[in-house]
Amino acid sequence: MKPGQESKGAAIDLESISKAYGGFNALDGVSLRIEPGEFMTLLGPSGSGKTTTLNVVAGFTDVTSGKLLVGGKNVVGVPAHKRNIGVVFQHYALFPHMSVGRNVAYPLTLRGVGTAERKARVARALDMVKMGDFAHRYPSELSGGQQQRVALARAIVFDPPLLLMDEPLGALDKKLREWLQLEIKRIHRELGTTFVYVTHDQEEALVLSDRIAVFNRGRIEQVGTGRELYDEPTTLFVGRFIGDSTVLRGEARSDGASTALRIAGETVTAPRRMAGEARPVMLLRPEKLAIRRPGQSAAGTTNRLPGTIAEAIYLGSGSKYEVRLADGSTAIVRSPLTGESFGLGEEVELCFDGADAKLLADDSTADATLT
Amino acid sequence: MEMKPLTRVILGLVCLLVAIWLVAPTLVVVPMSFNENKSLAFPPQGFSWQWYQNFFTNPDWSSSFLNSLKVASVVAVLATVLGTLAAFGLDRMKAGPASLLRMLMLTPMVVPGVVLAIGIYAVYLDTHLVGTMLGFVLAHTILALPFVLIAVSASLEVFDRRLETAAASLGAGALTAFRTVTLPLILPGMLSGLLFAFATSFDEIVVSLFIANPYLKTLPVQIFSSITRDADPTVAAVGTILLFATTILIGGGMLLLGRERKGRP
Repeated sequence: MKPGQESKGAAIDLESISKAYGGFNALDGVSLRIEPGEFMTLLGPSGSGKTTTLNVVAGFTDVTSGKLLVGGKNVVGVPAHKRNIGVVFQHYALFPHMSVGRNVAYPLTLRGVGTAERKARVARALDMVKMGDFAHRYPSELSGGQQQRVALARAIVFDPPLLLMDEPLGALDKKLREWLQLEIKRIHRELGTTFVYVTHDQEEALVLSDRIAVFNRGRIEQVGTGRELYDEPTTLFVGRFIGDSTVLRGEARSDGASTALRIAGETVTAPRRMAGEARPVMLLRPEKLAIRRPGQSAAGTTNRLPGTIAEAIYLGSGSKYEVRLADGSTAIVRSPLTGESFGLGEEVELCFDGADAKLLADDSTADATLT
Repeated sequence: MEMKPLTRVILGLVCLLVAIWLVAPTLVVVPMSFNENKSLAFPPQGFSWQWYQNFFTNPDWSSSFLNSLKVASVVAVLATVLGTLAAFGLDRMKAGPASLLRMLMLTPMVVPGVVLAIGIYAVYLDTHLVGTMLGFVLAHTILALPFVLIAVSASLEVFDRRLETAAASLGAGALTAFRTVTLPLILPGMLSGLLFAFATSFDEIVVSLFIANPYLKTLPVQIFSSITRDADPTVAAVGTILLFATTILIGGGMLLLGRERKGRP
């Protein structure tokens, strides 16, 4: 959404929504504001509550408590078929006994739209997803990608102020997925409606979204733009879920303005303190780490850790290394092509500037959910 | 694996024998129906249409045929409606009680017909339903319902319920979604259930023998009483007519289904 552009989308407000199944809290007080016309992605591992949230907004699932406002109106208790929200499903859900044209016309027929207008709107929606020549085909005659584009046309043909997508590209191969991501982005720009997109694929979330809400165990960990989540994660879970990362754990000591971690005999420091009582860990992005041969001068870096190269991957635009540290953990380093190259098993030193390390509270249970 | 020519010939002969064994008893009625003498002897002698004439002119035969048609039609519709509703309800119930109820509704298929007939007869005597159209319809519906239940349940098993969710998101209430999405997709199951229900009622004999009276007979009852009274070749004529009618009906249905499939792969 460009600023100043009139939005046709609805604002969504989730106010401390909870959903319990028996004793299990699928959603545990989720609050989120989605701006009109925004592309919001709900990101998280499976079972984190992102799809449940989508189902709550769509009206497929009741809430146990909380308020849900769509366009300022509380819709809790309003059945799905009266919400006027478009939904795209991972499994396409096209009606197999109807042609593509009749599938797309279905929501218009239900709304009593006249024949002439219905035809025009079906044609426009199919053109928008580039399926204009397929109106007479049946879903079984189409590929997965084509079916999903028809499903998208069917979900936008009645001009809903809000479009929900539940892992719509999950069943497609990588190349098609990347192309359809760009198509979805274009359609969002052209329609100007609010999009809520569910995925477990952080790269997909980064490509598509204005903002991303990261879900974990029925709660939202953090909401922000992709850059905010990558550069300034507020929890260890978010830091590890978005992009590659290295987590350094050790015996922590804080004095005044800095924090030191003792890792297998070596000490690393960051010029910061973490508020609260929790045990701090350091999170580092791969491009903030560098590899040196032992004894080489390392100007500008304040911290060094010995390790061995466990994996070296040539990426074309650079190289990616996995370095096994003395305490058994693994660091991920991305180095530019111009740098030196290192061989498997080579003894190296891992260097970084303490200012680049994020101090986050240790949440060792985050490991368990990150599989 | 390539078959040896001799093996192929022997296999063909065996198949032919089995085929003859299966259809011969049915086909025997065709020549018998043109018998000149009033006898069911095989092979028949001479040629005549008189037994066909008798079937269409003798009120005993034509009225029992019409009775059977009427009963079977009403039963087919009634059993299809009830069976579809039952299948739908069981499909949406908790698995435990559903399978129990399903077993209960399928019992008419496994209970010996005579036992059922005695029970129905006893009840009908008290309620004056013997020899009535309503009596036949009710009794036959009990027998036909399991066939519809099985056919429609099989359709519902492969029906993707998420399509109903999709229909709801597009603005369809529960009834509209059922009418526009669920019903068309389980229709083949309902139609085969309808056909089975019709056939079940049309040639039901055990229960019908008990609840028929001289004023209201169905065709199988008339055939049975005719053949126990005298050797009337009209029975063979009826058999031949039914044979061709069902062949045309089933063959036409299969052709129609085949065309439908081809047009919509």
